[in-house]
Amino acid sequence: MQNKRAHTLVEAVNVITDGMTILIGGFGGPGVPEILIDGVCELGVKNLTIVSNNAGTDKSGVARLMDVGCVSKLICTFPWAKESYVFKELYDNGKISLEIVPQGTLAERIRTAGAGLGGFLTPTGVGTDLAEGKKPLTIDGKDYILELPLRADIALIKAHKADLRGNLVYHKSARNFNPIMVMAANHSIIEVSEEVPIGNLDPENIITPGVFVDSYFVTGQYKVGSGGK
Amino acid sequence: MLLSRDQIAACVAKDLQENWLVNLGIGMPTLIPEFIPKERNVMFHSENGVVGMGPPPLPGEEDLDLISAGKGLITLIPGGAYVNHTDSFAIARGGRLDCAVLGAFQVAANGDLCNWRLPHQKSGSVGGAMDIAAGAKRVYVMMTHTTREGDAKIIAERTYPLTAGGVVSKIYTDMGVISVEANELILEGIAPGITPVEVQSATGAHLNIEKVQEISLNL
Repeated sequence: MQNKRAHTLVEAVNVITDGMTILIGGFGGPGVPEILIDGVCELGVKNLTIVSNNAGTDKSGVARLMDVGCVSKLICTFPWAKESYVFKELYDNGKISLEIVPQGTLAERIRTAGAGLGGFLTPTGVGTDLAEGKKPLTIDGKDYILELPLRADIALIKAHKADLRGNLVYHKSARNFNPIMVMAANHSIIEVSEEVPIGNLDPENIITPGVFVDSYFVTGQYKVGSGGK
Repeated sequence: MLLSRDQIAACVAKDLQENWLVNLGIGMPTLIPEFIPKERNVMFHSENGVVGMGPPPLPGEEDLDLISAGKGLITLIPGGAYVNHTDSFAIARGGRLDCAVLGAFQVAANGDLCNWRLPHQKSGSVGGAMDIAAGAKRVYVMMTHTTREGDAKIIAERTYPLTAGGVVSKIYTDMGVISVEANELILEGIAPGITPVEVQSATGAHLNIEKVQEISLNL
């Protein structure tokens, strides 16, 4: 059976190279794979395109990647939160470009890529600035816009536990984008607190089957993300 | 006297019905749950994948992995569930939300909602607003009646970037409650001590004031 476990952080992240597009899980603090992000920061890679719901909190998570100079583009839904001042300064100085995507559309674009589909129609954003340049369609009298898949080179995922096949379970609202992003990258890397034996996870309750998991790194502790109030 | 934020929240809470699934936007709408009568079953959806959002945790019960859309710590009610992001937005977009209560920069007389970007800004934060506004069965807005500078936020035609077109059906402000009907804006409730003339002069569209009643505050 294929061994998906990376035994060091470097081993987990050293597939990442300059210019890659990286999906990063998390909504606020919960679900952000901060330890994997620390590993990426150590690599010294440049010109990454990051896809994330938020633009990071203070100097942690996605904000840390931006702060150390890895990121040239951010695709996200909510960049202008007060705590995302690292992003704001870089954006104002022209160091990072930004693409705003509605949150449901972002989730669905990622899932669409993971599901091998060519696109989907959504009523979200019809008539707004974010529909600009997108193909409109009317079906049964309802207006939609065509959205395209968002696929990435790498997905950095946070999960709670992995078994030896890479099956994953998550933790409360730390789930969020993770089960979708894990499907939509050429290579997925999971940060888990615990590795459990096969049979430990009830098949009825596995959220991500191991087929979507390329490698996982066990932190050995449940480190909860920052950003909760 | 202008209503306080808590009083506006109480007005909205009164209108949220038994067995509804409701999404609350960040900011003022988060005040609403504590004003819902204890015996009424209203369930809250949080866009980050929580169906059955409960009140903030007691000291010692905090879980930093359980937050609301506004990043505040929450609990999960008995019988609640966690879902991934596509399922969360399936709930929002697929018509399962009986009501969404959102903040706004502007609401137009035709129900256009503007709440994600100000005209002078290069960019805005959209979050889940466009999806939720497009998919909820009812969109209620909770906001101050005017901007800090005193400009009307309820106007005849929108001048701000659109979030969703024609979706708002009710507006709750510190001056009163307005129903957005097909052809007109109806002032249904008015804050005690405020006159309909004052509300009209703070509003940039014609208000039908024939059926207005004073809001009763029993806080």
